[in-house]
Amino acid sequence: MILSKIYKNTLLILATCLVLSACATKKQVVTDIEGQMQGDVYTGTETVEYLADGVPDRVFFATNETILTTASRETLRAQAAWLRKNSNINVVLEGHADERGTREYNLALGERRANSAKDYLMTYGISSDRISVISYGKERPVDAGSNPLAWSKNRRSVTVKAN
Amino acid sequence: MKKNLFILFLIFLIPNKAFALIEVDITRGNLNPLPLAVSPLSIDDNSKKSFENILKKENIGSEISIIVENNLRTSGLFNPLNKDAFLQAPDIANLKPRFEDWNLIKAQALITGKVRYVDDKLRVEFRLWDVLAAKEMMALAFTTVPSNWRRVGHIISDKVYERLTGEKGYFDTRIIYVAEEGPKTQRKKRLAIMDQDGANNKFLTLGNELVLTPRFNPTSQMVTYLSYFKNLPRVYLLDIETGTQEVVGDFPGMTFAPRFSPDGKKIIMSFAKDGKSDIYTMDLENRLVEKITNHPSIDTSPSYSPNGKYIAFNSDRSGYQQIYIMRSDGSDVKRISFGNGIYGTPVWSPRGDLIAFTKLHKGKFYIGVMRTDGKGERLLTENYYQEAPSWSPNGRVLIFYRETKTNAKGEGFSAKLWSIDLTGYNERLVETQTDASDPSWSSLLSN
Repeated sequence: MILSKIYKNTLLILATCLVLSACATKKQVVTDIEGQMQGDVYTGTETVEYLADGVPDRVFFATNETILTTASRETLRAQAAWLRKNSNINVVLEGHADERGTREYNLALGERRANSAKDYLMTYGISSDRISVISYGKERPVDAGSNPLAWSKNRRSVTVKAN
Repeated sequence: MKKNLFILFLIFLIPNKAFALIEVDITRGNLNPLPLAVSPLSIDDNSKKSFENILKKENIGSEISIIVENNLRTSGLFNPLNKDAFLQAPDIANLKPRFEDWNLIKAQALITGKVRYVDDKLRVEFRLWDVLAAKEMMALAFTTVPSNWRRVGHIISDKVYERLTGEKGYFDTRIIYVAEEGPKTQRKKRLAIMDQDGANNKFLTLGNELVLTPRFNPTSQMVTYLSYFKNLPRVYLLDIETGTQEVVGDFPGMTFAPRFSPDGKKIIMSFAKDGKSDIYTMDLENRLVEKITNHPSIDTSPSYSPNGKYIAFNSDRSGYQQIYIMRSDGSDVKRISFGNGIYGTPVWSPRGDLIAFTKLHKGKFYIGVMRTDGKGERLLTENYYQEAPSWSPNGRVLIFYRETKTNAKGEGFSAKLWSIDLTGYNERLVETQTDASDPSWSSLLSN
């Protein structure tokens, strides 16, 4: 009887531990993703490089989307301002897609994403002569992961100095 | 009595559907395959020595019969019996089989043959026997250069397959594909070509630039593909024999998703500019370019019907990728995929009655087929990621590529070629030296 009671208690304690630890890890993962994604658009900074101080080099997209988010437009305005100041610099916009689509469609999607960034730069006074566009489709992911966070980092248009 | 075997075969070919209802995975590729014996091709001592010198193969007769055996086995339709059980010597069997002996080991068909070295050439004769009827069904002989010995095995396989199924074979064929190496974030990709069974693998590009989606022309001598040479993604043409490469889609933008027209005279491809992808054709003789679709959406992955009158493609004009068909001049565009999910990479079957496709639904990728009006959708295989089906020349088998899911650290990525029968059975890994993707199946090289 006593033995079994102890046994039961231990079990209970063990179970509580398990539940607690499960909660802890789960919570952590959720906040991680929450901190780095809005909807399914990447909002983190882990992969971002800078063209100059305060000028991020890339913008991110939702699945299957080419629409620029508020944050993306802010990034592109900073890029446009920097390009206006450095009128000798030309750029290549590299459009990318995540791995969850067929290769050929993703090539087109990457091209469309880069062009949506290009259009925005042009409305802020950057001549199309200074911007070229290339799509890599899903061929050049920055994150090799097979999860929503990795995919969100890979759906991007990156502005790269061409000279 | 010849009919006997034929009837057996009919029973064996048609009931796939019936079996599909009751059988599950266990029977995949093993639906009562026809037991048959491939006797090693007999060879005299002098010929044996000559070939040993030239080809460095101890017994070319048995090497060829092994090729035949492997081909027939991988088709899933035949069960080549273990040679240890054979009672009759190869040379005598080829003259006149003792049918009782072959019957005893339950062989229903028997392949025998003879190899000889004649005037620096390889001369092969082979016979196909109906064991139950005790009759010869077919006898053929041919001569070729010794280095062609593997093709001899493939041609014999094709002849046997055709005689026993009533359909052309697909063994004397090649696969062009993209060989992949290196980490997922920096994949090195090269064009590669190999025999259908994985032999004679050859890399066609060095891997200095990214290459994608190679496709054969109807005679399988030319390949069209996408190359990032000088960082300009363009459609290229490659002559396999000479190695000559030339750019064909040199427009100010990206050209991609190329395929040949069924007469081999045109290349159909997508051209992306200013965020818009449309379908174009280029006449290879006069380089005349024709715009086929004109829509603000993404139109890509075009594929001609075998008679050249229609084009299947995928477009996101409805909001998501779906499959459409149109006349070859771009008129009469009709959406044909209406199932749940996203549809892409339509490829018209060589028989003209089916379209193979990739489907994404609820996070899973499927390879499937539907009729050309979009009805009769059948999903053949489900996986984490797979796409880009390509038909065997007889329209019985599809080859495609499959990628694995990586773990939390981004490790464990691989890309491999797989094949599956149109029936949904006989799913097989196609062995390649490196990782592989974007396979394209050639036409039959002989005939």
